[in-house]
Amino acid sequence: MTSQVLTRSAPSRAERVVARRPRRRRDRGAAYVFLSPWIIGAALFTIGPMVASLYLSFTNYDLFTAPKWIGVQNYIRMFTDDNHYWNAAFVTLKYVLISVPLQLALALAVAMLLSRPRRGQGFYRSAFYAPSLLGASVSVALVWRAMFGSGGTVDRVLRVFGIHTGSWVDQPQYALLTLVGLSVWQFGAPMVIFLAGLKQIPRDLYEAAEIDGAGPARRFLSVTLPMLSPVLLFNLVLGIIHAFQAFTSAFVISSGRGGPSDSTLFYTLYLYQRGFVDFRMGYASAMAWVLLVVIGLITAVLFRTARGWVFYAGEDK
Amino acid sequence: MAADVVTVTAVPVRRRMALVRGRSVLWHIGVIVVVLALLYPIVWLIFTSFKPANEVLSSLALLPQHATTDNYRQVFSGIAGYSVWQYLANSLIISGGAVVGNVVSCSLAGYAFGRLRFRGRSPMFAFMLVTIMLPQHVVLIPQYIIFQKMGLVNTFWPLILPKFLATDAFFVFLMVQFIRGLPRDLDEAARIDGCGPFRTFWYVIAPLLRPAMITTAIFTFIWTWNDFFTQLIYLNSPSKYTLPLALQIFVDQTSESAFGPMFAMSVLALVPIGLFFVAFQRFLVEGVATSGLKG
Repeated sequence: MTSQVLTRSAPSRAERVVARRPRRRRDRGAAYVFLSPWIIGAALFTIGPMVASLYLSFTNYDLFTAPKWIGVQNYIRMFTDDNHYWNAAFVTLKYVLISVPLQLALALAVAMLLSRPRRGQGFYRSAFYAPSLLGASVSVALVWRAMFGSGGTVDRVLRVFGIHTGSWVDQPQYALLTLVGLSVWQFGAPMVIFLAGLKQIPRDLYEAAEIDGAGPARRFLSVTLPMLSPVLLFNLVLGIIHAFQAFTSAFVISSGRGGPSDSTLFYTLYLYQRGFVDFRMGYASAMAWVLLVVIGLITAVLFRTARGWVFYAGEDK
Repeated sequence: MAADVVTVTAVPVRRRMALVRGRSVLWHIGVIVVVLALLYPIVWLIFTSFKPANEVLSSLALLPQHATTDNYRQVFSGIAGYSVWQYLANSLIISGGAVVGNVVSCSLAGYAFGRLRFRGRSPMFAFMLVTIMLPQHVVLIPQYIIFQKMGLVNTFWPLILPKFLATDAFFVFLMVQFIRGLPRDLDEAARIDGCGPFRTFWYVIAPLLRPAMITTAIFTFIWTWNDFFTQLIYLNSPSKYTLPLALQIFVDQTSESAFGPMFAMSVLALVPIGLFFVAFQRFLVEGVATSGLKG
């Protein structure tokens, strides 16, 4: 690459006259140099592995003996003969359907609360954002496990009010709720994005609405929500993709088992168990591809329906 | 917001001021209560880490009755055969390596996509955008197989090497967006002065790219520091454990009586994030607001 630079950096007089084309060519060579890490990475760690995992999903592979082609057996088994798989799928779906709307609703509510310029606004914004940075850690998941566990803070506080729940993390009907709680707790990131979106809404729209006699509720429904809908779509897509891949919290709270009775068996956790505990790499690959297709479909549907409910100001975007 | 103005115009000025101030105080109290409730688990964690063993799970009181640093002492003297320093060092090496890798490789790729013309640019760019959404599980198993065949499982390489190959497409996109926002006149001027693409990048683009590099560095650090999944898969001997791994394995090996040291270690694992947060909070929050980064 250096030799090319050297020869190119001293162009002949004739070349300088038609400077445009050599520069283009020089650009092109340079572009591939700049891009080479990305190209190698994309080939070696993205495209190659994607093709490989698609292939592996049609095989039986335990990492130590050669993969054995079994056609669509993995998929058939997954859909018809694996209760854990369906449990994992339902637990994950339930988690996505509860945690994402709750998290976004809370994020929007707090963003509205913080949207007026006040003293200390920056501080509050940061304070609300802090859990989003900490929440993904094992440490916080352990705090959750302790607070919702037997003799934990939650159980003790509820007992004061005469409610005896015992340990939340050890009961199938509550365990997933603690994970939902942990996810909702991290509403700060979408909140900050909502706040940025709220700032973009022109004030005269509110004034005009008010002159027309719109109350706070009406202003929210007819001005805030439509103007915020692109941001809402963004947060929704990101939130859903994120929630489908949740792993750490369930792993920590259930010690990697997904219990009690599969109630915290997230899809990715089951994938991990199959692939890296039982070494059924073919099966795990098939699971990964189903996950990809589901996430892809949901994203596509969201964008498709978005034309109906997302409003772009000026409509020229 | 406009509502107060309309409703209070009929009220005398002084009363209006009092009303606005009263509302404002109420607002502040409300928000502070929510903030305290939100941060309670963290505060609880910090105080509990200073409680002696018999208090950890037996008292509801937030403050320790007999504060002690025993838990920390035990953590530093050794857990699972290694001092917490070892795990801290491992976490730091991996996070530091990931930061350097992402900043270098993503700014290079960002410059190519953002400024240079070359064949195959649009399909490659489109592909890069799609990979932002790609769940890592689809590539996880073949990646593992690659590193396993290379004999690199249970080393730090699988956690650092991909970062040097710009596999975090999100940060490539961040760089592209930032570079597109820079005035073209600057690099045109450099071009006219005879700089090629390399010198233009080094002397013009790279210095201007610093805010995007800092955002990339901060988020890469925090995400890698908190990462559990990849480290769980690739690291399997205690001497290689990072803090999150050591914590998780430690918890499952010990009984409830050892909760104290566990909380001390949890606090230690959160300290670097806390420091980053305090030092860079504006960058963090602005980064989220302008680029849609998720924490």
